[in-house]
Order: sequence, then structure tokens, then C-alpha cells
Amino acid sequence: MIGLTHYLTVAAVLFTIGVLGIFLNRRNVILMLMAIELILLAVNINLVAFSAYLGDLTGQVLAMFVLTVAAAEAAIGLAILVIFFRRRGSIAVDDVNRMRG
Amino acid sequence: MAFPLRRFAPPPPRGEGLLIAAIAFYLFATFTIVPALLVIFARNPVHSVLWLIVAFFNAAGLMLLLGAEFIAMLVVIVYVGAVAVLFLFVVMMLDIDFAQLRSGFTRNLPFGIIIALILLAEMFVAGMGWKAGPALSGRAIPAASQPNIVALGQLLYSRYLFPFEIAGLILLVAMIGAIVLTHRGRRDTRPQKVWKQIARRPEDAIRMTDPGVGEGMKL
Repeated sequence: MIGLTHYLTVAAVLFTIGVLGIFLNRRNVILMLMAIELILLAVNINLVAFSAYLGDLTGQVLAMFVLTVAAAEAAIGLAILVIFFRRRGSIAVDDVNRMRG
Repeated sequence: MAFPLRRFAPPPPRGEGLLIAAIAFYLFATFTIVPALLVIFARNPVHSVLWLIVAFFNAAGLMLLLGAEFIAMLVVIVYVGAVAVLFLFVVMMLDIDFAQLRSGFTRNLPFGIIIALILLAEMFVAGMGWKAGPALSGRAIPAASQPNIVALGQLLYSRYLFPFEIAGLILLVAMIGAIVLTHRGRRDTRPQKVWKQIARRPEDAIRMTDPGVGEGMKL
């Protein structure tokens, strides 16, 4: 019998993989953004699983908002990446502190 | 105005359906987690994006098993149809030496794996300390009284109307921001400048002269 715990385990593993991806690909911004997408997907699975097992749709509404923010974040992040590449000719994160902000 | 909790999921499967549901769950879970690992460890970022698409599809399958049809389809449309394609565009558009970007990979590997294991252990410890309340102790998805998308739509346009509209605003801001950031006016064309044409007055452009016969005029 597949219960809530199974879904939570999958989401936890997916979340951990996302965090691991951010740690491993410290220089590659594109892969970092993909890892963030994985983390948000794990959050979505959690929300939908709780929503289903509680019989309360609020979790699914929140999952929709998370989806919206994930899409917006990907668009803005990749746009910043594109202009950064145009300026510097590379996307290595080590170069990002040129503005000394 | 009170909103009742809406029951939306399909009736819980019995007998053979239970087994098929379990098989489907393990299939979807495996094909979510293994491609997610491959996203991180793939050498070629194009392969990373393609594995990301596989992971998204199977996560949508998991949500389908949970009875959240609309969110599942939304994941396919938004993540696979928009976000993953955006990633693919950017990866292919930028001419990047990805091998050079992987230089710190093996150095970070032990540290990253230790951090990840600690994080996972923390989550499992927290999960073991968690006790399911009465709503969750039944451990079965409650039966739906109406289709998922109907219930979701009713909730979204009543109780969550303002958050929903703010979500639309966020998308608008993201769209305008992405366009403003990446738009590049072309320098090598000579476009029509309408405002200059409208602002031009006859007295700036025309000079009346009266040259004598056979003299011509100086410009």
C-alpha cells in the first residue's frame, strides 16, 4: 500500500539531489538553475501529496503558485545569464563579483 | 463565506488496482530520482536538460497517481513545455566551454555528498518524529465528489482570487523583465524615427531666398 510516507520520501530525495547539484556545480550557473528547479519540483510533490491525503485542495493551489514563481525565476535567471555571457564571454560564477556589490 | 474542504481524488483502488498503483508509483518514483541524479552528473548540459524533462514527466505521473490531474498537466505544460525548452535554448545559444566549468566538480564531490547525506538524515529524523493527525491516519486518498479541475477552479476564483491575480502579475513582471534585460537594439539599421519626423517644423527645414538673375546662390 502506497501511503503518504512514500511520496514524502521521494520528495525528500529529490530535494537532496537538488541541494547536492548546487554544491557540485559551483561554477556552472545553468546547472545551478536546473538544481533549483528540481528543489521546487520536490516542494510541489510534497504539497500535492499532503493535499491529496488531507483531502484539502489548498496544497494544490499553493503548488500552482510555486509553479508560477519557478517559471518566472527561470525566465529572469536565464535572461540575466544571457546578458552576463554577452558582457563577459563566460558564465563562471567566480567572475560575478565584478560589481563588488 | 465558508468554504468546505473539497474532496477531489479518485476512489482508492482495491485488489488488483492497488498492486497496479504500487507498481506505477515505484516506476514513476524511480524515473524521477534517477534522471534527477543524471541531471547533476551529466557531462553535457544538453543531456542534463533532457534528463530534467524525463524527471518532470515522471513527477507529473506521481501527481497523477495522487489524483491531482490539473497540477500534473500544468507541470507538463509549464515545466516541460516552457522552462525546459528555455533551458535548452540558452544552453544551445551560449557558446560555453562546459568542460572548464566542471573543474571544481571532483573537489566539491566529497563535501557535497556529506552535506547531502546530513540533509537527508535530518529530514528522515524529522519525519520519524512526526505523528500523523486524525486526518492522515486513515492513509488512503479520500474519494472525490467532483472533478479535480472543477474543485480547483472554484477555489481559485473565490478564496484565492487575489493570490491568483498576484501570480499573474508576477508572470507579467517576469516577462517584461526578461524582455528588457535581453533586448538589444540593432545598431546597423537606420529605422524610421517617428518622433523626429513629427517634431520637425517647416521653419527649421525650409529657408526662403531670393537670388538675383544669373547670380545663383550660396548655400
